[in-house]
Amino acid sequence: MAVDAATVKKVARLARLAVPEARLEPLAKELNAIIAWIEQLGEVDTDGVEPMTSAVAVKLPMREDVITDGAQRDKVLANAPKSADGFFVVPKVVE
Amino acid sequence: MSALTALTLKGALEGLASKQFSSEEITRAHIAAIEAANPQLNAYVLTTPEKALEGARAADARIAAGEARPLEGAPIGIKDLFCTEGVRSTACSKILGNFIPPYESTVTANLWREGAVMLGKLNLDEFAMGSSNESSAFGPVVNPWKSRGSNQPLTPGGSSGGSAAAVAADLCLAATATDTGGSIRQPAAFTGTVGIKPTYGRCSRYGIVAFASSLDQAGPIAKTVEDAAILLRAMAGHDQKDSTSLNIEVPDFASFVGKSVKGLRIGVPKEYRLDSMPAEIAALWDQGIAWLKAAGCEIREVSLPHTKYALPAYYIIAPAEASSNLARYDGMRFGLRQEGGTLTETYENSRAAGFGAEVQRRILIGTYVLSAGYYDAYYLKALKVRRRIADDFEAAFTEVDALLTPTAPSAAFGLGERVADPIAMYLNDVFTVTTNLAGLPGLSLPAGLDSTGLPLGLQLIGRPLDEGTLFSLAGAMEDAAGFRSKPEKWW
Repeated sequence: MAVDAATVKKVARLARLAVPEARLEPLAKELNAIIAWIEQLGEVDTDGVEPMTSAVAVKLPMREDVITDGAQRDKVLANAPKSADGFFVVPKVVE
Repeated sequence: MSALTALTLKGALEGLASKQFSSEEITRAHIAAIEAANPQLNAYVLTTPEKALEGARAADARIAAGEARPLEGAPIGIKDLFCTEGVRSTACSKILGNFIPPYESTVTANLWREGAVMLGKLNLDEFAMGSSNESSAFGPVVNPWKSRGSNQPLTPGGSSGGSAAAVAADLCLAATATDTGGSIRQPAAFTGTVGIKPTYGRCSRYGIVAFASSLDQAGPIAKTVEDAAILLRAMAGHDQKDSTSLNIEVPDFASFVGKSVKGLRIGVPKEYRLDSMPAEIAALWDQGIAWLKAAGCEIREVSLPHTKYALPAYYIIAPAEASSNLARYDGMRFGLRQEGGTLTETYENSRAAGFGAEVQRRILIGTYVLSAGYYDAYYLKALKVRRRIADDFEAAFTEVDALLTPTAPSAAFGLGERVADPIAMYLNDVFTVTTNLAGLPGLSLPAGLDSTGLPLGLQLIGRPLDEGTLFSLAGAMEDAAGFRSKPEKWW
């Protein structure tokens, strides 16, 4: 275990969260306390146990492959931080 | 007018149907009560009086025309985790800012289709992550209850703190809420109200801001067991827009209230009797057992051996799902955008500025347990422990028809008392989180007051889809408890 500042930095990058340098150490401490508490799961014998991935055992329903929605450009854009001419405006991605 | 806000949902519906008062009158009474109370209690983060009155007048017209629907004209509050078309929906996070959904959640759409009137949007912990309502971007809700002789502001619990406080303070007839680890039941216990988290899949999750999708479930918070049954029936039902929504008939839950519980076998799980449990909660639990025995139930001790592992498993599974669900907040399509030099910096800045401390903590934990090298050790392990917990319940339900436990390990605590210690805060959900992991229905009802005059709750846990039995048992306990206490009005 032992989450250190470098791990927090790496995880924060994966999660796309800007964490100021000064917060890395305190966050590592907090996360360590939580992870240490979680470690008690190691006591449980789970050999041969199927992981439970859904709360209720149901088969995922299939629906007809038909168009049921769409043509709502203005609604989709209504909450955009920036939009123009019917498009989202985002920072430049391709140089 | 204040007498109108004191009515139960059932009483109000009867009064409306028999034209003792109009929907406009009872809606105006609630609007006035909210205006007077909200500066102190902070239960509502947005009020929609014009929309409410418009809905009330439409309801009155329907009642006059003899076309009343089941909830016609009843003013209710909506947790601000439900998207409401054209009405700001924030999950009490800065990252959603001024988000105005162009669509309606299925649960709220069901309520409007039955004639309910919306008073406004209710406060909650940011993204429903919390047990005290203190992580809300709009500040905490203050519990209408206070300890006798004390002026200290108390938490209403969380995450549905606004829903619970509003119901307890008569600021709505009933409210919608959601429960991922106890967010309906713990606030209900802290405010002397009734709350039920139904079986996973009873209510559609469509349009509810997602926290942990395999655990999230909507349910009501209400003044009485029967009111909770009335509202749950209206909220529930199959929905094609949620692939986990169950395609089964919704029973008339209210018809179970008042049914005899004679001969039902009630399990008392021995692992829930914690050493640290306050004597008053242990005594109340025993009292609950006595009530059910007197009503003709058979009491049996049962064992749920993996109980103590439920919270640690939850604190892997819920953050893991949250870290995935919250990846959508990227500052591009909706919500807050904080520009940076590059696209990645814009993502990082937007999310750092928009998410509060507890949400960031959970995203980091979730990302960590899902990251390469840790996935098997943490996430997969937790899913296996989850199966063990569900198996414990399944084994218990071969012997008993329902379980009785306390709802929370304490009464409402002071605002600010536990914010510094995340794990102490997480322990609030020790008795409730098990049912989320197993997908089972759990109901909290007020059973008494502690020595300082604060309400305490007991929880009933049922088999999958057996909410009916819970309503029967809760009805019997409500009669026995005779809990009629309301917070003394100080606001």
